[in-house]
Amino acid sequence: MERTSASRDLILMVVFTAAVLSMPIWLAPIGAGYPDLLQKFAIFGIFAIGFNILFGLTGYLSFGHAAFLGVGSYTAVWTFKLVSMNILPAIIFSIILAGLFALAIGYVSLRRTGIYFSILTLAFAQMAYNLAYSVLTPITNGETGLRVLRDDPRILDRVLGIEPGDVLPTPELFGLRTIGYEGFYICAVFLIIAFFIALKITRSPFGLALRGIKSNQSRMNYAGFNTRPYTLAAFVISGMFAGLAGALMAVTDPLAGAERMQWTASGEIVLMTILGGAGTLIGPILGAGIIKYSENIFSAFNEQNLHQAFSFLPDPVQDAAVSIASMFVGEGWHLTLGIIFMLIVIFLPGGVMEGFGRIVKWTRKPPAPRATQEVRTAG
Amino acid sequence: MTDRKSRLHTPLSRRSILKGSLASTTALGAFALTGGGPLHFVRNAWAEEQPIGNFPAKTSGSSITLGFNVPQTGAYADEGADELRAYQLAVKHLNGEGDGGMLNTMAPKALKGNGILGKKVEFVTGDTQTKSDAARASAKRMIEKDGAIMVTGGSSSGVAVAVQSLCQEMGIIFMCGLTHSNDTTGKDRRRYGFRHFFDAYMSGEALAPVLAEQYGKDRVAYHLTADYTWGWTQEESIKNATEALGWKTAAAVRTPLGAGDFSQYITPVLNSGADVLILNHYGKDMVNSLTQAVQFGLRDKQANGKNFEVVVPLFSRLMAQGAGDAIKGILGTTNWHWSLTDDGSKAFVKSFGQEYGNPPSQAAQTCYVQTLLYANAVETAGTFYPPEVIKTLEGFEFDGMGNGPTLYRAEDHQCFKDVLVVRGKENPSNQFDLLEIVKIVPRADVTYDPNIPAFNPDGNAELGPYIPG
Repeated sequence: MERTSASRDLILMVVFTAAVLSMPIWLAPIGAGYPDLLQKFAIFGIFAIGFNILFGLTGYLSFGHAAFLGVGSYTAVWTFKLVSMNILPAIIFSIILAGLFALAIGYVSLRRTGIYFSILTLAFAQMAYNLAYSVLTPITNGETGLRVLRDDPRILDRVLGIEPGDVLPTPELFGLRTIGYEGFYICAVFLIIAFFIALKITRSPFGLALRGIKSNQSRMNYAGFNTRPYTLAAFVISGMFAGLAGALMAVTDPLAGAERMQWTASGEIVLMTILGGAGTLIGPILGAGIIKYSENIFSAFNEQNLHQAFSFLPDPVQDAAVSIASMFVGEGWHLTLGIIFMLIVIFLPGGVMEGFGRIVKWTRKPPAPRATQEVRTAG
Repeated sequence: MTDRKSRLHTPLSRRSILKGSLASTTALGAFALTGGGPLHFVRNAWAEEQPIGNFPAKTSGSSITLGFNVPQTGAYADEGADELRAYQLAVKHLNGEGDGGMLNTMAPKALKGNGILGKKVEFVTGDTQTKSDAARASAKRMIEKDGAIMVTGGSSSGVAVAVQSLCQEMGIIFMCGLTHSNDTTGKDRRRYGFRHFFDAYMSGEALAPVLAEQYGKDRVAYHLTADYTWGWTQEESIKNATEALGWKTAAAVRTPLGAGDFSQYITPVLNSGADVLILNHYGKDMVNSLTQAVQFGLRDKQANGKNFEVVVPLFSRLMAQGAGDAIKGILGTTNWHWSLTDDGSKAFVKSFGQEYGNPPSQAAQTCYVQTLLYANAVETAGTFYPPEVIKTLEGFEFDGMGNGPTLYRAEDHQCFKDVLVVRGKENPSNQFDLLEIVKIVPRADVTYDPNIPAFNPDGNAELGPYIPG
């Protein structure tokens, strides 16, 4: 069992907060210090933390979490259209609606466990995707995506005397704009709050019960412990985290598209969590960062960049190097991601966090009793 | 010209290397002292050029960056790859490398083959994955990180509309690639978005008379439509155009995108009383539905005493390659085809062929032309300041770029030009020679009012301001 204490958690929170807020500085050298990607890191960090509460703690593998993200986004954009461009109502409504949605899906899906549960959630999410893509087009604007328009009603804003101008309104937080670095810091604050909540849940008796469910649900049941409310609560909480992430996506970029709910998006969050380390607190956030980084940076490399990178080589060697390397960047970025994922799952089943744990162990030979602090295994 | 005082307050750095031109004598004197170089002529001089998007931060160096945002993975990856080839060729020609392509035929032309306003053109690429979110993330990276001054691309209307509205918010000009939906320049038109490609309404207007001429005026049509925005606008456009000529519509059935197997949708067609099947599909969907319709023997059947016919309103050569023999004899429309014999098309096909060894697709042509048009507008305006560039493109009339005389209409930023009605060739002479041109429908026949219901259904479509908020 890992060693935890209130003071250690405090240190963890402080370090985490400092690391998140200084991301624009320490991510700049690797080309990731620009607002959009930083926002994505924070948003998918929240999504992954929430997913980890379900998957990492209870072991229920949901393959349909993107549905809650999508519900959050659509709710947020509709709130922008109907209520106010202030982001707070949008975020509150998104979390509530995603929670209700999760309650409905969870109530049905949690009657089964294991692969059957996964398939049920996948089916629901694909249903939600197809509904959003075509059937519910009046509500979701289908393939084009739901957007804010200049002449939307925005009741609260009208009541407060904010009239539509000539310019398309953008979301704001009491006058603070939500794009660019401001947008990132708004997301970062929510990420820190989300992390704090996840930390508290993990340390609470409720969190302990969830871990009990993961290690042996039958035994919990035989001991007279009704696990259903606990799994359902974990499912709803993680759905609400996803709703928050979806709302923030709409806040930083007021558009909600159906492909946010596609099964590939649900698969992506599973990859993020496993890549970083399921059941750990930091791992899923790292996983989210790695995947978003490869998606945005590797895919942008083209042969021109590669020729520059290999320009120190003589021409024939350079051409060969470029043709080999170009398989892994540009349109081949999925391949790179696949290889990284395979290597990690084969050699580090506990994800990146297991790698860190091994490094810590290795540097502190003979193993000191405190060495396992960084590794938070799920069991 | 504007008053002297306000012009003096505008930044000077970006003007120092601009080409010489007319200017008011007072302003010229003032600039000659400080700027030290010849000056350009500001067409509709703005009192104050405020920073918009990456202007002037990313246009003051010795090079500028364009963002090419195309699908490199997913259903439209073939189109995306061809678009990227065209963009790279356009950059080459703009920088004065290669044989110049359409730079030799374009008229009127301000470009000199020394980059744009003397600045070398560089580019960044990104993968839209044919998803709005990924496309917007990619476009934002180009704008925020790489400092792109213009973004172009897209092989799907949903993506084009999404990126176009993003660019409007960020103050970056977006030159649409392949997007055929009416909405792009209809209800979702934007001040910062421009479309050279034709649209579903033009397809309908161009195709319907040919259909009536070839198949008669008393036909009954059955639509199979990809169930999303583009499919619906095309279905509506074709339906309206054919019904106006006397056709009836038996049914219009929506099929899910990426269905793969269309047999359950094709079987009911024969007993529906229809004698024409119209496939509002694109990409792999079109390849599958057309191949299956032909395999089911629809084209050998008789209905209402007439030969059963199949029509594919939006054709592309890349799709024709995928569909193989099934395409033979099928009518449709296309924006451009490499077999056109005007000077612009010949010049483009030649340099594209020399570079890549195959003729360009219509997607490649529209992307190449869009890049040149943007560069030319900047060169003409004499500044990268987006409102000036937009005003130069609005109402721009040009020729020599493969589609005959073309107008960039100011009201909705849609290009108006001839539309090609094509037919799948019965005896192709090589693997690229798959379509034959049946009729070149003149521009006047496909021109419409920008505010007809198909393009402005709620009456609130608007381009928006020149200076974004």
